[in-house]
Amino acid sequence: MSSKHSLVLTEAPWLRVVLITLTLTFVALFLLLPLAAVITEALRNGVEAYWEAIVEPDALAAIRLTLTAAAIAVPLNLVFGVCAAWAIAKHDFRGKNLLVTLIDLPFAVSPVISGLIYVLMFGMQGWLGPWLAEHDIKIVFAVPGIVLATIFVTFPFVARELIPVMQEQGTEEEEAALTLGANGWQTFWRVTLPNIKWGLLYGVILCNARAMGEFGAVSVVSGHIRGQTNTLPLHVEILYNEYNFVAAFATASLLALLALVTLAVKSFVEWRAAQQAAAARNAEPPASVGSLA
Amino acid sequence: MASASAFTFKRPSVIPGFGITLGFALFYLSLIVLIPLSSTFLKSTELGWDGFWQTVTHPRVVASYRVSFGASLAAAAVNLFAGLLVAWVLVRYRFPGKRLIDALVDLPFALPTAVAGISLTALYAGNGWIGQYLEPLGLKVAFTPVGITVALIFIGLPFVVRSVQPVLQELEPELEEAAASLGASRFTTFRRVILPSLMPALLTGFALAFARGLGEYGSVIFIAGNMPMISEITPLLIITKLEQYDYAGATAIAVAMLLISFVLLLLINLLQWWSRKRHTE
Repeated sequence: MSSKHSLVLTEAPWLRVVLITLTLTFVALFLLLPLAAVITEALRNGVEAYWEAIVEPDALAAIRLTLTAAAIAVPLNLVFGVCAAWAIAKHDFRGKNLLVTLIDLPFAVSPVISGLIYVLMFGMQGWLGPWLAEHDIKIVFAVPGIVLATIFVTFPFVARELIPVMQEQGTEEEEAALTLGANGWQTFWRVTLPNIKWGLLYGVILCNARAMGEFGAVSVVSGHIRGQTNTLPLHVEILYNEYNFVAAFATASLLALLALVTLAVKSFVEWRAAQQAAAARNAEPPASVGSLA
Repeated sequence: MASASAFTFKRPSVIPGFGITLGFALFYLSLIVLIPLSSTFLKSTELGWDGFWQTVTHPRVVASYRVSFGASLAAAAVNLFAGLLVAWVLVRYRFPGKRLIDALVDLPFALPTAVAGISLTALYAGNGWIGQYLEPLGLKVAFTPVGITVALIFIGLPFVVRSVQPVLQELEPELEEAAASLGASRFTTFRRVILPSLMPALLTGFALAFARGLGEYGSVIFIAGNMPMISEITPLLIITKLEQYDYAGATAIAVAMLLISFVLLLLINLLQWWSRKRHTE
C-alpha cells in the first residue's frame, strides 16, 4: 500500500500526526470506552458478585434460550443463503435484481417492526391468533415467536455474503466438474463449497452475532417471562431497569465477549480469504489479465 | 434437472438445481418476510384512511419523528466526517495498532444493541466517566436528544467507514500524481480530485447510517430518557401503543416508518448503482 503512494503524495508529517491522533481519540472515546465500561461496571462489586449474577437460574435460562434461538435461526438462514446464492449467482433468470432487493428487505426494517409483524400474524388480534388459540398453539409471547423474530432480523446475512462471492467465481469450474461426470451434489461439495467456504463462514459469524444479540424484535414478541421467554439481551434490560446494575453489566459482559470473539474470527476469516485470493491470483496470471481486458 | 426446463424465464444452463434452490428460496422468503410484511400493510387498512392519518399525525407521534429524524441526521452527519477520517487514516497511514483499530470499527455491528445502550448511558450519565466532565460545562448528554445522537453515532460509524474504505483503497494514485505535478496543493488535490471520487461511497454510507438510525431501538432507549414530545423515538412509540393493546395504532405508525424505510432503501440502491458506475468508468 505504501509503495503505491510515493512520499510526494502524502500529507505533511504534522498533519499526519494530527489526523492519526484524532482517529485514535475518536475510536477510544466511541468504541473502546463503552467496552471498558461494561467490564468495569460488571466487576464493581468484585468477582464473586459477577459470578453470582451469571450462574443465577434466570440468567442460565436466558443463556439457554439465546443459544436455542441461534441454533435454529442460523442453520435455517444458512440453508436459505446457500440456496438463494446458488439460484442467483449460478443461473440467469428474469426478476433476479428484484429478488436480491427483497432478500435485503429485513435490514431496512426497524427491529421493533420486525417483531410487530409476527404479533400481527400470530397474536390474539392477529390473522391466525384465534385459530391458534383454539388449537392451543402459542407462537407470540413464547419461544416460537422469539425464534421467528430472530430468523427475520438475521435473514439476509448469509445470502448477501455468498451472492457476490459466488458471482465472482463464475460457473466454469462447476461446468467442468459436470462435464467430467460429477452429479449436482458432488459438484457443490467438491467444487463450489471449497471456493466459498470463507465467505460462508463470514456470513454465519455475523448472522450468529446478530441472532444472539438481537434486542428490539425479540423484545416485542417475548412477553418477558423470567426464566421462560427471556433471552440474554432481554435479561440485561430487566436487571438494568431494576437498578441491579452489577448483574446487568455482568450479563452484558457475556454478550460483549461474544462480540469480541466475533470480531476476532471475522478478522481471521478476512485474512484467510485475502490469502486465498492472492494465491489464486498468483496461480493463474492469464485469468487476471483477461479480467482486466 | 427436469424441473429447471419448465421455467421459460430462465436462460438455459447445465448447472443443476435451479428449480429446487429458487423454489425453496422463494418459499422461505415469502413465509418469513413477504407474507408477514404485507399482512402489516393490510392490517393498517382496518383503521381507514382518516384513522390512519389521525394516528400518524398525532402531535406526540410527529414530535417523535422530529426526534428520530433529527438525531439520525445529526449522527449520520458526524459519521460522514468521522467515518471519512477513520477510513483515510486506516488506508493511507501506517501506525502501531492499526489492525486492531480496523477490527474494532466493526464493534457496533457485533455488539448487541442493549449492551451498547446501557454502557453508553453509564458513560454519559452525570456521574459517568465522560458525563462528569460534561455536566459542569452545562452539557447534559444522557436522557436528552443529545444522548440519542451519541448512541446513533456509535451505531452508524461502521457504515460510513466500510463504504468509503474499499473505494479509497482502489483509488488510482496516478490521478493524484497528475494533480500534484500540475501544481495543485495537497488540499486542492484532496478537494478537487479525491473527494469527488469518494462522494458516492460517502453518500451511501451516510444514507445507510441514517436509515439504521431511524429504526434503531436497543441502543437508544436506555440513554434517551424517553420523555414524550422531547426524547421519545418513533420505534418506542410503537412499543408503547402495543403495550396499551392499541394494535391498529402501532400498525399505522409502523406502516408510516416502513414506507420511509423503503424510500431510503431505494435511494441507497440508486447511490450504490451510481457508485458502481463511477467506479467502473
